[in-house]
Amino acid sequence: MSPTTIPEEEYAHPGSTGCPGCGANLVMRYLLKGLGDRTIITIPACCWAVMPGYWPSHCLKIPMVYCAFEATGASLSGIRAALDVRGEEDVTVVGFAGDGGTVDIGLQALSGAAERQTDAIYVMYDNEAYMNTGIQRSGSTPWGAWTTTTPVKDAKGFKREPKKDIMGIMAAHDVPYAATVSVGHPEDFVKKIRKAKEVKGFRFIHAYSPCPPGWRMNPMKTIEVAKLAVDSRIFPLYEIVDGDLTITRKGKGVPVSDYLSIQGRFSHLSDEDVADIQRGVDQAYAELEKRAVPKK
Amino acid sequence: MRKVMTGNYASAYGAKVSRAEVIAAYPITPQTSIVEKLAEFVAAGEMKAKFIPVESEHSAMAACVSASIAGARTYTATSSHGLTLMHEVLMWASGARLPIVMTNVSRAMAPPWSVWADHMDSVAQRDTGWMQFFCESNQEVLDTIIMAYKICESEHVMLPAMIIEDAFILSHTSEPVDVPDQDMVDSFLPEYDPAVKLEVGNPMGFGSLVRPDQYMEFRYKAMKAMESARERIASVEDEFRRTFGRSYGGLLDEYRCEDAEVVLIVAGSAAGTTREVVDSMRDRGIRVGLARLRALRPFPQEELRALANRVRGIAVLDRSYTFGAAGAFYTETCGSLYPQAKRPFVKNYIAGLGGRDITPGIIEGIFSDMIDATDRGEVAGPEWVDVAGLERRWR
Amino acid sequence: MTKSYEDIPLTPISSVPSTMNKTGLWRVFYPVVDFDKCTKCTLCWKFCPDAAIQLVDGLPVIDLEFCKGCGICANECPAKCITMVKEGE
Repeated sequence: MSPTTIPEEEYAHPGSTGCPGCGANLVMRYLLKGLGDRTIITIPACCWAVMPGYWPSHCLKIPMVYCAFEATGASLSGIRAALDVRGEEDVTVVGFAGDGGTVDIGLQALSGAAERQTDAIYVMYDNEAYMNTGIQRSGSTPWGAWTTTTPVKDAKGFKREPKKDIMGIMAAHDVPYAATVSVGHPEDFVKKIRKAKEVKGFRFIHAYSPCPPGWRMNPMKTIEVAKLAVDSRIFPLYEIVDGDLTITRKGKGVPVSDYLSIQGRFSHLSDEDVADIQRGVDQAYAELEKRAVPKK
Repeated sequence: MRKVMTGNYASAYGAKVSRAEVIAAYPITPQTSIVEKLAEFVAAGEMKAKFIPVESEHSAMAACVSASIAGARTYTATSSHGLTLMHEVLMWASGARLPIVMTNVSRAMAPPWSVWADHMDSVAQRDTGWMQFFCESNQEVLDTIIMAYKICESEHVMLPAMIIEDAFILSHTSEPVDVPDQDMVDSFLPEYDPAVKLEVGNPMGFGSLVRPDQYMEFRYKAMKAMESARERIASVEDEFRRTFGRSYGGLLDEYRCEDAEVVLIVAGSAAGTTREVVDSMRDRGIRVGLARLRALRPFPQEELRALANRVRGIAVLDRSYTFGAAGAFYTETCGSLYPQAKRPFVKNYIAGLGGRDITPGIIEGIFSDMIDATDRGEVAGPEWVDVAGLERRWR
Repeated sequence: MTKSYEDIPLTPISSVPSTMNKTGLWRVFYPVVDFDKCTKCTLCWKFCPDAAIQLVDGLPVIDLEFCKGCGICANECPAKCITMVKEGE
């Protein structure tokens, strides 16, 4: 029998009201396997605010507090202060927000918390749109995607702005630890969480979180598309430790069209559009490789 | 310890002796010296507290909310646009039933841009579920903060409170203030120790989504809590008086109203001016009185109804205006008195917006006008006082 | 039945495990495991978003009270021993 490659203990109960195949469910599952139960989590308005179910249903085995949409960075700062003033410095405080609640409306509070070097972990689960409210575009929606606010007609109208580089923004805040993780690679995910847990200061995790309804794909493909995101280098796996960038998984280097073709939200793209995306991905990955510190 | 200090420093000392544990605040004129003083206390180790220099007022209140749910006694301060920026989270604080105490240095809303005394910002929060106390003096500011924590943290209340200082008039003007001994405050105000809080080992979710068939019952409880605050405010003030020797008249602080023909309802520092004018007019045999609105929330409905039975006219001075209606204190007063069989004349006066001085002349003019209107049985209004282009009476 | 205002906490505090939500009722397809072909690799357990799979002696036991029928387990199984069957068939 193969031993499990990630901790067996579960910190989430079944019965969460996420969609079938929800990537965000897996993000939380892997996150908590890495952190354990001396953890307090704060969650703003987003899919995860709804997933534990209506009162009195609670799907996590750790304490959780909901906060206002833009306030995740402020909420975790308040919790950290309250715990510290009572001497509970060993409890991990986590802010867990969607992409909209992080790169758009939550950016100010995130930046404030990072600048104050708040001792906490901020996890952004990135399903690349405002999914909880029905698939509207966010700053994290990639170039080319259909959303309800970038509706496509005659192959036009899709999102034309590039995806906001939240890892670049966090790197500019000189945070001691920042990493990208993907639900397609749970071992890498849990390893990075364990590493982040041991670091003091503000840590940022960018978690890739496929969304079957929002990405217009079959829910059984969630893990497949997550792996393709890494292999096509659209979502490379890397970490930044005290400013030093290391790529933790190079990915096979498959064409982006393999990744895009699984998802209905990209079905309108022309060959030229796909070629543009390929060029962009190649360029971005080359720059990432340049920034990476040489392996010892 | 007796010291000459500004209203802002009185707020800071109030938070200090109340042993606030988490302070999250953002600077805005004219609140800044509250936050600066508290930062000094914390840096000097005089307060066992964490000071979070947040990046906006919205974050200030959001940090206080989560810190409070985690069991800390919290404090913040703001003014004007900072208060209105927090509006969403003010709703959250009261809905989450948190005993957060905040000083609002009441300042005009822009545009036009102004940093001076005005009640628009505070009045605009009357629907948020916060208790609201308007202060007349720097001593009252300090004392009300201590009392507020005790009231807010009561089991049957568990609602937040804002203590309101008039911008510059209280915030930046120095008066002698007695800072109570820490030991006396400690025996009056015990440690904040909520039964249920965010803590490891207690896997609960705070603030879940509820369905339409669940929501109203929570709101009903909050309503009952605000109603029970009326009695609690009175009993805490009584205990404060017995412990520290000072009190402030409950929700409606009446001065020489026992045999008044006409009274003026006014809040904040202008009430101090009104006291002087009442005395001066009484010396001339004119039977006027001051009914200082100390609490906008909970609104002193009972006290007003009792007063209404005794007087012929009530002048209501608003230092703000609700466009399309009338001054807020006026509409609340009329609303309270409507069910009464016997109703005096009530007239609304708008004065002092954006820091325009409310002079003794204006107060006396309002009293005289109200007496005249009551005698003639003709009450018009709202009357905007001291506006250029209108008859600039009473300055 | 709506609880009386007297019997609820001050604010919605949730402490009932989400297992009160029988999400298995959502299903259109349900997974069937061929235990003879299963190699006990544990990948299905690892990738289940709902933690609806338990490992019993290394074999996956799927809790149909909660399984939403997303099909990730079937898609990821290297031995292809999980089949998605339409409910009612």
